[in-house]
Amino acid sequence: MTVDRLLPDQDAKDLIDLTREIADKELARRVDEHERAETYPDGLFATLGGAGLLGLPYPEELGGGGQPYEVYLQVIEELAMRWAAVAVATSVHTLACFPVHAYGTPEQRERWLPDMLAGRLIGGYSLSEPQAGSDAGALTCKAERVETGYRITGNKAWITHGGIADFYALFARTGEGSRGVSCFLAPGTAEGLSFGRPEEKMGLHAVPTTSAHWDGAVLAGDRLIGEEGQGLQIAFSALDSGRLGIAACATGLAQAALDEAVAYAKERQTFGKRIIDHQGLGFLLADMAAGVDSARATYLDAARRRDAGLPYGRQASVAKLVATDAAMKVTTDAVQVFGGYGYTREFRVERYMREAKIMQIFEGTNQIQRLVISRHLAK
Amino acid sequence: MNIVVCVKQVPDTATERKLRSDDNTLDRDAADGVVNELDEYAVEEALKLKEAHGGEVTVLTMGPGKATETIRKALAMGADKAVHLSDDALHGSDALSTSYAMAQALNKVGFDLVVLGSESTDARTGVLAAMLAERLGVAQLTLANKVDVDGTSITIQRITDYGYDRVEATLPAVVSVVEKINEPRYPSFKGIMAAKKKPVETLAIGDASIDPSQVGLAAAWSEVVDFAAAPPRAAGTIVKDEGDGGAKAAEFLASKKFI
Ligand SMILES: Cc1cc2nc3c(=O)[nH]c(=O)nc-3n(C[C@H](O)[C@H](O)[C@H](O)COP(=O)(O)OP(=O)(O)OC[C@H]3O[C@@H](n4cnc5c(N)ncnc54)[C@H](O)[C@@H]3O)c2cc1C
Ligand SMILES: Cc1cc2nc3c(=O)[nH]c(=O)nc-3n(C[C@H](O)[C@H](O)[C@H](O)COP(=O)(O)OP(=O)(O)OC[C@H]3O[C@@H](n4cnc5c(N)ncnc54)[C@H](O)[C@@H]3O)c2cc1C
Repeated sequence: MTVDRLLPDQDAKDLIDLTREIADKELARRVDEHERAETYPDGLFATLGGAGLLGLPYPEELGGGGQPYEVYLQVIEELAMRWAAVAVATSVHTLACFPVHAYGTPEQRERWLPDMLAGRLIGGYSLSEPQAGSDAGALTCKAERVETGYRITGNKAWITHGGIADFYALFARTGEGSRGVSCFLAPGTAEGLSFGRPEEKMGLHAVPTTSAHWDGAVLAGDRLIGEEGQGLQIAFSALDSGRLGIAACATGLAQAALDEAVAYAKERQTFGKRIIDHQGLGFLLADMAAGVDSARATYLDAARRRDAGLPYGRQASVAKLVATDAAMKVTTDAVQVFGGYGYTREFRVERYMREAKIMQIFEGTNQIQRLVISRHLAK
Repeated sequence: MNIVVCVKQVPDTATERKLRSDDNTLDRDAADGVVNELDEYAVEEALKLKEAHGGEVTVLTMGPGKATETIRKALAMGADKAVHLSDDALHGSDALSTSYAMAQALNKVGFDLVVLGSESTDARTGVLAAMLAERLGVAQLTLANKVDVDGTSITIQRITDYGYDRVEATLPAVVSVVEKINEPRYPSFKGIMAAKKKPVETLAIGDASIDPSQVGLAAAWSEVVDFAAAPPRAAGTIVKDEGDGGAKAAEFLASKKFI
């Protein structure tokens, strides 16, 4: 079903129309095949980049779309309604552009951002390590100063788009403690960088998640983004925005599950009537709709605060928590609506339920979101 | 090269399409208007030719005020400007008068090459390219699946049952294209924003020296006298194969006089 969206202006409406056209033709038609075969959709991100969908919340002067988060996130949601893995990778690409935009020098921005925002270069975000996920400060990948720049040694984990992306926002240690992490813009082709085999995941099959092994690759000095030691600050401020992207992905996924469930409940008959007309099931669908709407309202509230220049970190965590928990519940209930059929791979709801689970885990698990929220409350 | 691409607004084939009960013409307000699908291929080809040879791409649309939506789409894809031929007097024009009116507009606008789709999805007469070429006194190269321009000569390729035809002509010329010719681009968000600022010139019939007595419903050579909705499809016959499925299927086909 087409979501009736509140949008600020005609340009935003045109952007959503364009997104829907591309998502219907390029995503909805290919998603089942690629998710089943676990194959990467070659050329798809070039199409999204060509249409201007890979740099939406960044300034037009640098090749971005100049859109507020309120609009950008609804584009992500529309993508996620058709293909969660593509929406997540788009959100992560946007996240990977954040450090250069927010902390880069004018030279760094002008040198890299136009290609990144046009999608000619696809980005990944490399913070996590095997032993450092929630506890990002425990990362150990080393960046040693050498004459020509920084030598990188160590292992990174769980990189969305790993091995395929053209550049990575890389976080590595230049010193001790929480002030000892630095941020780099690393090219995917650096000599001495190799990637592990794609993880065998529960969902998001079409976009690989890999580890990376850094074996003494040297990055030029101008690849350092921000100051030495500023890395964790950059990582966490990027994640405040990234979490909103994940909240939008989760909302789109939940919307898709709701739509499938409602359509099915209007067709399927038991005891002489449509199952949607059995109050017990109609109420289940009503709760699902309430979950989707409240997820959208919550992420849009955080986005509008961000767009207005107000603090939004706590609201971003609330949005991520609310939207991803809603997605888990709604997709699980969608399987319930389909009965036995929902448990088979014949129907998309089975995949939606598997895809929802990761939303509660990455870009800060929902336990970590509660930690962030409670720390705000304790201030 | 001055390229004019003809773009028709048609009712979305995904929605229910209706004729008006008062004059038996298409009810253009009843359905969402979209770019005739083949015309997107025509726009793409025009843009490619411009990218290769330089020049300018102008969109020409004849249609009611609402057709500006589809003009914007062609402009968002990258066309430079548009001419919108729009006049109440044109309502109900048949293929002959449409080609007359568009030829007048083309003569006013000027062109080296006119690119069209080979058929619309609403009227589907497929005659406009031929009629336009005749009226303009230039060569017609129809059903192209490949177009090459070299200086003032143009060559197209047309797929046939036995291989393909190569047709060559001198510019100016009229070309119609089929969907095998290319893959139309999506507009970009920037293209959509830029399109809002591109010039769209609206022509009434007087502006293009169109004789009012030769257009519109009254001048049409063909007339829709009556129409009826297609009958709903009857339920099919299910043949259960108990070893004699083939014979039963043949029996069914024979009863419908197919074999
Ligand atoms: C498909 C996928 C894609 C990913 N993409 C990326 C990417 O692109 N870039 C990137 O950097 N990372 C990425 N990640 C990594 C992801 O962000 C981490 O997996 C996540 O942050 C959790 O870290 P962990 O797996 O080490 O779990 P742990 O940190 O080991 O957590 C284990 C459990 O303990 C809980 N827990 C931990 N600490 C606390 C606490 N203080 N209080 C209460 N509970 C706690 C957690 O909530 C969790 O339930 C991805 C992961 C997956 C699976
Ligand atoms: C249901 C229906 C039935 C009709 N039947 C007849 C009929 O039997 N006889 C008859 O003479 N007329 C008929 N008409 C009228 C017909 O719509 C017009 O003559 C029409 O403008 C041209 O015909 P076409 O769309 O079939 O052109 P086609 O030759 O099928 O279209 C080829 C190309 O011409 C260009 N083009 C066509 N129309 C326009 C336009 N208005 N603006 C810009 N470019 C354009 C496009 O590039 C298009 O791809 C019918 C109309 C309808 C809606």
